[in-house]
This record gives sequence, structure tokens and C-alpha cells, in this order.
Amino acid sequence: MVDIKTTKENDTCRIVVVGEVDASSSIQLDNAIKAAFETEKKIMVDLSGLEYISSAGLGVFVSHLEDIRSGIDLVLFGLSESVLQVFELLGLPQLIQITTTEEEALAKLG
Amino acid sequence: MIKKLTISCKKDNLPKIREFVGGVLSESHMGEVEAHKIVLAVDEVCANLIIHANKCDPSHHLEMAIKVDTKKIVFTIKDKGLAFDFTKYKEPSMDEIVSTRRKGGLGLMLVRRIMDKIEFTTEKNYNICTLIKKL
Repeated sequence: MVDIKTTKENDTCRIVVVGEVDASSSIQLDNAIKAAFETEKKIMVDLSGLEYISSAGLGVFVSHLEDIRSGIDLVLFGLSESVLQVFELLGLPQLIQITTTEEEALAKLG
Repeated sequence: MIKKLTISCKKDNLPKIREFVGGVLSESHMGEVEAHKIVLAVDEVCANLIIHANKCDPSHHLEMAIKVDTKKIVFTIKDKGLAFDFTKYKEPSMDEIVSTRRKGGLGLMLVRRIMDKIEFTTEKNYNICTLIKKL
């Protein structure tokens, strides 16, 4: 269903999400994001392999928006057009940093 | 055209539901992004019915029918779990969801933004959710 890998390069945490995140598999995304937010300040999430996300997956990001406001940097990148449209339905691109490419994501994290 | 699916109330069945809906939509020659959204809306309703109305009880079932004509697609999803009172539903604001760090509440927001009509009714022993998307 979903495959999630977390790595760290220099001071940036990278989470790669591949597959489908729905009400059944969102717990895996939640665990990965929660763990990263506990120890990291700069987090980039590679969603180029994300084929599907439902509200359960979106809720994982939304539930951490308060942490983003308190100084943790999070950037999502590589979303397909279909997945991006789902984020747009809820106005999430206004609340979460989203870039097209990895280079843009790294630049945002500084 | 009417297509039907009966499936037990397990969260693991959500991919099968999406595959079924996606298959029906692919026959209607709809664009990929639009079809993706409709699959999402049906998935959200089914996830709610499986998790909240039927408590993930695999002995319970959802009965889905999809009727496609030239002007609209009508999804009918029947179950025998706890009825959902849509009249009491109040959409939370995004600020409310963010400040309380809740993960729920986004599903029906998505469904309302995607579908043209949502109805929850009760008939005999069944709860019936009807979703209509104009083409």
C-alpha cells in the first residue's frame, strides 16, 4: 500500500512516500512524520511516488501545522497533478510549503 | 449503465473500492484528474461508513451501485450500520482543525467540494448515501 523511508543528509530530514495513503495506511505516514517532528528542524517530504492520498493522509500534515508555525520547516515536493488538486481542494498550499522540484524544496529549507 | 459492488466493512477493502470506482469512471472517458477526485469522494464516504457506522466489522457489508448516464453519475451506497445524521453535521473551519490538531473532519469537507449533491437517508433497515456528480 505505502512505503515510507526516512533518511538524514546534513541537517535535513528526508521522508520518501511511495504508494497510496488512505484510512488504512495513514498510520504509517503519521508515525514517520511524528518521529521526524520530534527531533528535526528541517523536513522535506518527497511525494513524487505518491499515487493517492485521502483525508486521513492530509490530516497527518494538517495535525502538524501548529508545529510548523512554531519554527519547524516542512516542505513537500514532487506532487502529481491529481494529488496536488486534492491539496488544493482544502486550500492546503496556502498553509503548507509545496514545491515542484527537490531543488526548490532544498532552497526553501535554506 | 449500472455497476454494483458488495464488499465487507474492512479498511483493507478501500483499495478495492477505489479500483472498482476508477474502473467504472474510465469507461466514461472522464479526465484523469477529475476521475481521481470522484474516486476520492467515494473512498471518503466508504471509509466513514466502514470505520464509524460499522466499526470495521467484516460481517457487515456496503452495497454500492453506480449509475452513469449522459448528464450525471449517481453513486448509491447502502449499509446497515449506525445512521449518520447529516442534518446535524456542521463543517469545521480549517483554523479549528489546525488549532485542535485533529486529524478527522477533512473527509466530508472534500466530499462536499467534489460532489454536486450528497444525501443521507434511511429506508427499511438500510442507511443510504447518495452522491451525485454532474457531467
